[in-house]
Amino acid sequence: MMTCAQLTELVTEYLEGRLGLGQRLAFQMHVGMCRNCRMYLKQVRQTVRLTGKLPEEPIPAAVKTELLERFRNWHGGDAPADDDQQRREKQ
Amino acid sequence: MVRPRQTISDDDFELVERARGGEEAAFATLVGRHHSTLLRTARAFVRDPAAAEDVAQDTWLAVVRGLDRFEGRARFKTWLLHILANRARTRGVRDARMLPVDMSVDDYATSAIADRFDARGRWAQPPVAWQDAETALGDRQLVAHLERAIAELPANQRLVVTLRDVEGLESDEVCNLLGITETNQRVLLHRARTRLRAALAAQLGSTP
Repeated sequence: MMTCAQLTELVTEYLEGRLGLGQRLAFQMHVGMCRNCRMYLKQVRQTVRLTGKLPEEPIPAAVKTELLERFRNWHGGDAPADDDQQRREKQ
Repeated sequence: MVRPRQTISDDDFELVERARGGEEAAFATLVGRHHSTLLRTARAFVRDPAAAEDVAQDTWLAVVRGLDRFEGRARFKTWLLHILANRARTRGVRDARMLPVDMSVDDYATSAIADRFDARGRWAQPPVAWQDAETALGDRQLVAHLERAIAELPANQRLVVTLRDVEGLESDEVCNLLGITETNQRVLLHRARTRLRAALAAQLGSTP
């Protein structure tokens, strides 16, 4: 019989679909009978979901402006190999 | 010139094509779409925030120079992250702010929640129901709490959970990117999730 402590150590393997048939059945049977482990599994799933919903970090305007400028410069010439070459071509 | 056809369906592919043609708006869209990913991943690679910003920007400059080399065999996001990982590793060698992350796994580490069980492996301090977690994410405090918990993870766990759960990469993409085995990736992910659940429990339940 799988213990609660063992079950919590197998949660990720279970969610990743990496448990063999026997262990998967033992896991599911335990969860079916144990309210605490059911709650634990639910909270791990919620943790994964919340982690995946963290708000994006906006790019600072100055950084974006600089990147676009570099893009423009790079595409300005006839495919210069690098910035130095581009600078030489401008002279 | 014939380019290899796209093998993976990817909204970004068309934008890359247009950026190659010099269309600035297309490049701007790519930057807007993926900078957050680069920044968060860079921060997982290198702890110093200023150094992480540098790595993220460096990555875009490498992309500008290397757009022609993107062949659409992988998702654009995966390609970007490979460039980022290379940049972070290269700089780690010569920049003390960016020591490469040790991806090895300590096989003998005890579970972060081992003390919650009795000698027979049953819950001694069972988990407590959470208040509605989904609406709680509208709460800036909870977001900050979760971000802090991620930042405080050991570097190798932070990297794996950032790529898997924050950015939603598949496990084989993460193994490939970090050069680790599927088993080690899963162990690191497991430890990270265990700690993050405990961190959320401290906020959403009355006990961890």
